[in-house]
Amino acid sequence: MDTVLLISQVIMGLALILAFVRVVRGPSLPDRVVALELFSTTVVGLVGVYAIQSGVASFLDAAIVIALMGFLAAIGFARFLERGGPRDD
Amino acid sequence: MIEAIKGALLLTGSLFMLLAAVGLLRLPDLLTRMHATTKAAALGVILIMLAAAMHFAEVGVVARSFAIIVFILMTAPVAAHVIGRAGYFVGSRLWSGTVKDELRPNYDPLTHELKSGLETQENAKRQPRATDPD
Repeated sequence: MDTVLLISQVIMGLALILAFVRVVRGPSLPDRVVALELFSTTVVGLVGVYAIQSGVASFLDAAIVIALMGFLAAIGFARFLERGGPRDD
Repeated sequence: MIEAIKGALLLTGSLFMLLAAVGLLRLPDLLTRMHATTKAAALGVILIMLAAAMHFAEVGVVARSFAIIVFILMTAPVAAHVIGRAGYFVGSRLWSGTVKDELRPNYDPLTHELKSGLETQENAKRQPRATDPD
């Protein structure tokens, strides 16, 4: 079981790296927002795996908060994009 | 038995997340990237939370992990819709192989007006119809 946990953590770390490449390269701001949303979703999964690994179920509360923050950040960025303002992609 | 199911759920969930990241990196434009990330990443989180629920097997933890699942299922489409709409209005380029863009003939980017395709003289009077269409 420990090996499976380690393998899934490594896979999700790889996913985080790939998403970060898109954050850096992303040609426009909406691409970066999508990548950041994938970031928060992957971190929710990582926190879930860590809760299993450590045996502390309270980490799932942190996962709920991270998911909420990611959603609100996406909504806020979308409002910012649509309402205008100076942009520099 | 439970251990094997848990391991399979964890591995498939993390592989779906990796698939979402690969799709985000490889696909050509904003909408196809969102198509990859929202669905695959939501499925990955769902599988991992199912594994957590099976690992702890207590009422409170199972309720919490199901709350996370329901929350992800409710928010991922809303966030994708809002970002896709903002990206289209900001003017992000579509892929060169795009077959159909149904918003293009109905949307005026200068005035930010959207036509429904039902702008007839009769509809402009805003009178109630004589007979209801079934």
